[in-house]
Parts: sequence; C-alpha cells; structure tokens
Amino acid sequence: MAAIQYIFFSLEGCAAARLLDNGGMIHFVVHEEGDGVGVVVVEGVKAGQHLTGWIMEDDKDIEVVAKNDIPIGHKVSLKDYREGDTVIKYGVDIGRVVKPIAKGEHLHVHNLKTKRW
Amino acid sequence: MELKNATFWGYKRPNGRIGVRNHVVILPVDDLSNAAAQAVENNVKGTMALPHPYGRLQFGADLELHFRTLIGTGSNPNVAAVVVICIEEEWAKKVADGIRATGKPVAHFGIEQHGDHDTIMRASKAAREFLQAASELRREERPLKDLWVSTKCGESDTTSGCGSNPTVGNAFDKLYPHGVTLVFGETTELTGGEHLVAARCRNDEVRKKFQFVFDRYQQVIDRYKTSDLMDSQPTKGNIAGGLTTIEEKALGNIQKIGRKCVVDGVLDKAETPTGPGLWFMDSSSAAAEMVTLCAAAGYVVHLFPTGQGNVIGNPILPVIKLCANPRTVRTMSEHIDVDVTGLLRKELTPDQAGDKLLECMFRTANGRLTAAEALGHREFVLTRLYESA
Repeated sequence: MAAIQYIFFSLEGCAAARLLDNGGMIHFVVHEEGDGVGVVVVEGVKAGQHLTGWIMEDDKDIEVVAKNDIPIGHKVSLKDYREGDTVIKYGVDIGRVVKPIAKGEHLHVHNLKTKRW
Repeated sequence: MELKNATFWGYKRPNGRIGVRNHVVILPVDDLSNAAAQAVENNVKGTMALPHPYGRLQFGADLELHFRTLIGTGSNPNVAAVVVICIEEEWAKKVADGIRATGKPVAHFGIEQHGDHDTIMRASKAAREFLQAASELRREERPLKDLWVSTKCGESDTTSGCGSNPTVGNAFDKLYPHGVTLVFGETTELTGGEHLVAARCRNDEVRKKFQFVFDRYQQVIDRYKTSDLMDSQPTKGNIAGGLTTIEEKALGNIQKIGRKCVVDGVLDKAETPTGPGLWFMDSSSAAAEMVTLCAAAGYVVHLFPTGQGNVIGNPILPVIKLCANPRTVRTMSEHIDVDVTGLLRKELTPDQAGDKLLECMFRTANGRLTAAEALGHREFVLTRLYESA
C-alpha cells in the first residue's frame, strides 16, 4: 500500500515530502470524537499540508488540511466556527470563539478566550 | 505492571513512616538565620540548608502555615535529622518540638545573645553528630502502601493533556487500589473542570469541602484580578506551548488523577493526610510552592509532568519529570527522567507509559537520583497568605 502511494505521489511530482510525512505518521491528536480541535504533535506543520490525526479515545483516524503554519503543541481547528461559538475539547467546553475560525486554521489565543474570570 | 506484592527499599523512621532519602537538614526559621544555616551546611559536608525569605512578623493563619510548612518539612521521612536555627530561641524550640514529635533527632539554636559564630559552632557540632548517625541507617524492604506519592504538573502545554498527564493518571489508577497515599492540588488550575473533580469526590461531605476551597479562591481572583489572567494562568509558557484558556489547561491538568481514583479527602496547605487514598490539597499552581507543600505534608516521591520543560526540583522530595513533547525532550533532555513521547506517535500505549513511569518511580524510591537532584534543583518556596505585620 505504502509502495503504491509512493509511486502515485512520485508521479504527482511534488508530494514526496507529503508521503514521508504520512508514512504512518501522526501529525495531530484528538482527545475524543466530537472534539472541535486537534493538537499538532510534530514540528514544522506548514500551510497547505495534508495532516493525519488520531482520535485517541476512539482509536480512529481523521484528516484535515492545515490553512496556516501551526507550531508543535498548538491546535488545528477541525470545523468552521463563528464568533460566539463554543469550542469543545476532551468533550468539554474550553472557551468561546472571538473571531471566525475556518476548518484547518490555527486555533489559539487570538481567536479563543476563556469564559471564566 | 503487577503491583500486588510490590515493594521498595526505604528508611524507617521512629514514627513508622518510610523515607526514600536520608537528608540531614539545617532549617532556618526565618530569613535572618539563613546565613548561619548555610555556614553549618558548609562546615558539615553532606548536610543541607534550606534558606528562604520569610518568617518575620507573620501572624494568624499565615504564621500557622509558616510553622506547619517548616515542621512538616523537618518531619518528612526523607529527612533523618534536623538542626533548627532561629534568631529567637523560643521559635527555634517551637519548630524543633514540632519535628521532635516524629522521634527523629532534632537540635535547635537561637542566635540572639550568641551571635552567628557561636551559633554556627554549636549547630555544626550537632549537625556533624546527626550526619554520622544518619550515615549508618540502612534501607529496608517495605510494601508499596508505605510510599506516599504526590503530583503536580508545570510549564504544561497541550502535550501534557494528551501525553504526560494521562500517564500520571494511569500510574495513579494502578497505585490507588494498593493503599498508596496520593495527592494532587492546584486549586485555580481546575477552573473549567471543577465539576469533573467534584463528581469524583467520595461523598457529599468531601464534595462540599472541595467546592468550598475552590469557590474561596475564585473569590480571591475576582477581588484582585486586573485582567482575565491570560498572563498568569495560563502562563506565557503554557500559551507558547499551545494552550489557550484556563478551561483547556484545567482539563489537561485533571488527567493526572486518572479515571478510577476517588477523591477521598481535602487537605489544607501542608496538611498531613490521615489515611491512604487520593487527597486534594488546596494549593497554588506555582510549581515550587505546591511541591514544597507536598513535601511538608509528608510525601516522599513526586511525579511531575511537563510540556515546555519546567526544571523544578525540591530539596527533600525527589521530583520525577516526564514529558510527551518531542521538542522539549530533545532540547532539555538533561531535565527529563521519563520520555513518553511515544504516546503521541502511537508507539506506546497509555498502559505502557504508566508502567514506564512506575518503573522510574520504584528506581527513584530505591535510591536512584532524579535529574533534578543530579542538577542541584532545590527549590524551597514557602506559600504566603497575606502581608506581614
């Protein structure tokens, strides 16, 4: 399977790096199904990169295309959010959206704020 | 890991508690006594002074906490013997008498009417005797239930919540059924997940006590805050590591208490638990403050998950660091005792990660120095409740 992918992407001419990245590699993890964010667990994620995620609790795979460069440990949005929406992680409310966020975008302190304090 | 008949090698103290270190501590009661305490440490190689900046003109609950922390530190079973020094002899005696209740050797000295030279000479003679006596003590094999294990995380990032903190949770879930005495704390750092902790409390009485200390500190924040605490909780390091809100940080933090442990009771700061089980200690989330309080409560080994790389240690409580962030493990390897980065590559299951941590915990209990001990990290930080008089 990997070999077939390799040929396929090699023929595309530009995706060798992508293939290396996806050779069983997890780019981000999601705590549980239904969470709206994934945590990037590798260094150097770039805008446009095709990311493979692992939903830990349910042991399932999930994919998303990064719309920004995202540092290790930072979050990628897994859905489109409008201002005022609630973001769910660990199945629990982690704050409110203060700027619209598109699926694949970097979700961080510039677009998410606490509902407490 | 099968823990049913698990044992470790520790030092049995006269009160029956088991320590995993054998320190002879020179304990100043106040800032003025630091110089004499450090001079004694220098005179008697192998002793350890615990300098700190407080102890003068404190009163009420703040003073009680000061004494409880100092007496608790001296009483910790990782300490074989204590030399207490204070500017005023009366308070030296008060702290020394508190520690003497454990039955371990304690001497106390006041500086007034003697001066530093005479105090240092007398205290050094006592310290030398204590050190030589402690050096003859031998470890004995003890059941796992005699180990008291604390946890607190620091410089957390998102990998803490999905990697290193659940690893501690897995270890706690395995230790809990064997009658180990466990503790977690960090009152503000449950904000957003406090309902999850409340749901884990053993009964309504414990739940009420937990909710009371949680709400109490929320009121402190409301009274003093000038912002949404985004510069403090989460910290700059947390945010650099990808954490956003206190809710997200709290939910990651709570992973440390596993999935099965029940919260059996609530402790005040530096308060010694009265039995086995998982205790919640009302405490700051600042690493050195919280770990100092755990040591003062009598815990003998500490599990410390980090994401961005907190370098903390404690003078008497071995702090085991674990990390799931591959960049931190690469750039700060000298600080990390247990590498659980494999969790986020699916190369390590949570069960295997928990076992890896427990294996390190047993080796540490049996005498292996932690990275923080090897690097000389001895952060001894007393918690203050309000201004001195």
